[in-house]
Amino acid sequence: MRRIRAAAAGAVTVSMLTAVTACGGGSSTGGGSNDSPKTLTYWASNQGASIEVDKKVLQPELDKFEKQTGIKVKLEVVPWSDLLNRILTATTSGQGPDVLNIGNTWSASLQATGALLPWDAKNFDKIGGKDRFVDSALGSTGAQGKDPAAVPLYSMAYALYYNKKMFADAGISNPPATWDELIADGKKLSKGGKWGLGAEGSNVSENIHHAFVFAKQHGADFFTADGKPDFTNSGVVAAVKQYVDLMAKDKIIAPGNAEYAQNQSVSDFAKGKNAMLLWQSASANLTSQGMKADAYGIAPVPVQSGTPGTGTNVNSMVAGINLAVFKNTDNLDGATKFVKFMTSDGEQKILNTAYSSIPPVKAAQADTTFNTSANAVLKDTLAGSAAALPQVADESQFETTVGTAVKDLFADAAAGRAVTTASVKAKLEKAQQQMPKK
Amino acid sequence: MSRSPMAPPRSFLWSRRIFLTLLTGFVLVPVYVMVSSSLKPLADVTGQFRWLPSSLTFRPYIDIWSTIPLARYFVNSLIVAGAATVCSVVIAVFSAYAVSRYTFRGKRVFTVTVLSTQMFPGILFLLPLFLIYVNIGNATGIALFGSRGGLILTYLTFSLPFSIWMLIGYFDSVPRDLDEAALVDGCGPLGALFRVVVPAAIPGIVAVAVYAFMTAWGEVLFASVMTNDTTRTLAVGLQGYSTLNNVYWNQIMAASLVVSVPVVAGFLLLQRYLVAGLTAGAVK
Amino acid sequence: MTTTTASAESGERTVRKDSPGAARGPRRTGRLKRIGLPYLLLLPALVLELLVHLVPMVIGIVMSFKELTQFYIRDWGTAPWSGLDNYRVSVDFDAPVGEALLHSFLVTVGFTLLSVGLCWLIGTAAAIYMQDTFRGRGLLRALFLIPYALPVYAAVITWVFMFQHDNGLVNHVLHDQLHLGDKPAFWLIGGNSFYALLTVSVWKGWPFAFLIVMAGLQNIPGELYEAAALDGAGMWQQIRRITLPSLRPVNQVLILVLFLWTFNDFNTPFVLFGRTAPEAADLISVHIYQASFVTWNFGTGSAMSVLLLLFLLVVTGVYLALTSRGRRTADV
Repeated sequence: MRRIRAAAAGAVTVSMLTAVTACGGGSSTGGGSNDSPKTLTYWASNQGASIEVDKKVLQPELDKFEKQTGIKVKLEVVPWSDLLNRILTATTSGQGPDVLNIGNTWSASLQATGALLPWDAKNFDKIGGKDRFVDSALGSTGAQGKDPAAVPLYSMAYALYYNKKMFADAGISNPPATWDELIADGKKLSKGGKWGLGAEGSNVSENIHHAFVFAKQHGADFFTADGKPDFTNSGVVAAVKQYVDLMAKDKIIAPGNAEYAQNQSVSDFAKGKNAMLLWQSASANLTSQGMKADAYGIAPVPVQSGTPGTGTNVNSMVAGINLAVFKNTDNLDGATKFVKFMTSDGEQKILNTAYSSIPPVKAAQADTTFNTSANAVLKDTLAGSAAALPQVADESQFETTVGTAVKDLFADAAAGRAVTTASVKAKLEKAQQQMPKK
Repeated sequence: MSRSPMAPPRSFLWSRRIFLTLLTGFVLVPVYVMVSSSLKPLADVTGQFRWLPSSLTFRPYIDIWSTIPLARYFVNSLIVAGAATVCSVVIAVFSAYAVSRYTFRGKRVFTVTVLSTQMFPGILFLLPLFLIYVNIGNATGIALFGSRGGLILTYLTFSLPFSIWMLIGYFDSVPRDLDEAALVDGCGPLGALFRVVVPAAIPGIVAVAVYAFMTAWGEVLFASVMTNDTTRTLAVGLQGYSTLNNVYWNQIMAASLVVSVPVVAGFLLLQRYLVAGLTAGAVK
Repeated sequence: MTTTTASAESGERTVRKDSPGAARGPRRTGRLKRIGLPYLLLLPALVLELLVHLVPMVIGIVMSFKELTQFYIRDWGTAPWSGLDNYRVSVDFDAPVGEALLHSFLVTVGFTLLSVGLCWLIGTAAAIYMQDTFRGRGLLRALFLIPYALPVYAAVITWVFMFQHDNGLVNHVLHDQLHLGDKPAFWLIGGNSFYALLTVSVWKGWPFAFLIVMAGLQNIPGELYEAAALDGAGMWQQIRRITLPSLRPVNQVLILVLFLWTFNDFNTPFVLFGRTAPEAADLISVHIYQASFVTWNFGTGSAMSVLLLLFLLVVTGVYLALTSRGRRTADV
């Protein structure tokens, strides 16, 4: 009895104290200002082989910017595992960087928080106009009909990477152009401890990117036109099943890949354990793992039939990194100048070369540096057959729920459990029900 | 203390031998894996598992310092865990002394409330705490969020409930006559505390300090949200080895070993105090 | 401040030395400073607990009544009140969110019971076996404490390394060397992940039980054993009749502490599985983390945390009531 009374008394004291403090929650500062014009904080995503590599790539450029404008940029490279959390907490508290990198698929989700500076015509003019950027990249900067929440910085696309020697050894002369061909080739290649294709079964984002493309190829979408989740339509179910079947039915992906989440499949490819890999801009990655550029070929991601294009022949998502400005920055002019600097033709060339990505800026993309055969595939894909992931506010929840569903399906496939239309549908149904209610 | 000196029966001896052998294996295999993998070349740790390295290399121990700013994380962790420990112990000593030696209104409320915080799921107050720190920062200019100070404050309260509770037990076991005598000799209550009670309670205090240090040294959740590049601690920073390109398992193991050695060594050196401290404080 | 209090008090103490109450220590005095002292001593702890635990907790409770999704997190003061909606969603066990929460809750309960049970069992057995001196005891004791002393991240990541499907030690031993099963098993995904989690948790947790029980054993008076030995009780009987009953009060606290730590453990599953845990090992702390951080619904996340807190309060209360009563009757 005494204990209860004591606890109750404690609770009352606490809640009284809180009533006083709790009112101050949230951030009050709304728009940006120019209170500290001499410094900027920049959060960069981890693009290179490691955070230290990124610092080495970016620091000289930031120094250049400081020389030009006198603005000192404090750089922090944030690992992917932390980035979204850090952005969220920054959003909640108003205590964040001035300029930051976001995965372009998050654009609409982060746009909905209202924390990012909208890029209206006026703001775009300050960095040289909207038409400097490639259309496909602009398609992944926020919800349709709204001012973009960010500006494209690096563009990437999926391609099929294949091991030339393994292909030659198996008597395959050309990379597969359709999934049927890929499966046939994969079966020839999957023997003696080697496998046809690599996958990242436990990587939620990778799963989403592939599921999305397969859905497109089935003429299906994960969201209805008015932005409602629609994960269980027959096209989506068939698409997810087709992807997981590469392991479950066709057995051209090693079951062990079901637990990969840290790019082990890239290492496997570099080591010749997998003959093929579906990856975005993997060149720098493969080089750093000791795979020579002439050891592998790059081809477009297969389609169901015909050649890559629009509609059901989409064969990649528009992958990339966007540059956003926090609305409540205290150096709005500086932030805009910095965005202008980072998207300038010269910087675009330097940065995208370093990260083996494609510049989303037209003039930079036309540069000869990006005319290698490898880049040609990526450029063509971006220009002609890539589609942006759904630009809806619930995108990040979609990534988690559906990505996890695919992860679970891979786990089933790896354990030898049957993956059927019904089991795929059940998982997707569950994912859909976990989406926020409108 | 110990059992009567009669010879244990064979069944006891045999079951003890088997049990302890199995347990030693269970305990040591991961430790062995950590040590041996840290001495393997990368090919050994990304391919089929092998008990013995194909060749011994100390490269991982050199590489760990350049792959991520390990030294800086190390210093951060030392500062944060060290400061949190010192503060936590001092504050716990004061509180435990008050509870152990005085009767006052609200004593029960205090102990029950403090102990019950042990129940709170960290996830419930992560975001609110973060907001409070930011607001304090905005209002007073004291940067708690993103700074080591904020983390120190957070961690020291994590270990505080258990520490206070244990020290109350320990102080209760220190005979009151001792501080009586000190008071008679002209010490104030604080003098009695520091000259008599604290020295008599050293094992308990060491036990509490070890616990506080370990809590702060290994925490992941709050550190991942509340630190930035310059203030990141080891527990979060080590994740940097699983980078975009490759999982450097040998470096992860080497770094894990490097960050473990100070804690494990300290822990083992102080284990005598620990048992003595727990004996008198926690389990009485 | 300290010095003035000290001198004032010491003076008084000498005066009161002869009074009969003095023997009861510094607790009897009518002076204001005196009354203030304990509060002053408690002040730092109180302020910090308020700042870091209690106030945030109450804010968390407030949040649980708000619709705190991505549209409002920027200024959560303006988020609309949603009444009990977040709670309704959380406990609607027919709908997926509630169902998932219930599932996660049950997994956590099962996991916690098994983990605490095993930790206690192994820790107690080891402590009793190591009560008498034998050669190598000191070394063994030090070895046994290593898992507990290792930083969580270092320990768990080593287990991740060992649990890998293709290149891990566990499958190497079970499949390649012992030829158990026709296919190597998965430990970090699918159903086995529960056992992987349990293994790691027990590996890290049992030394704490060992440490505490070891300390508890030191408090058992030797005469008890001697008396029992005189009665002709053998070693096993001594353990059953003296050691285990004497450990009861120790166990009461130990099991409660282990229970709370294991139930709320976030670090182990998070390092082991990352931010989306497999269904079979979906512990409540990670589940709530996912509900709030990964799907950006802090209102529902807070509601789930509050429910969890209530559950723990009830369990702790009932547990303490039951064990204390049992203890009292046992003592009589």
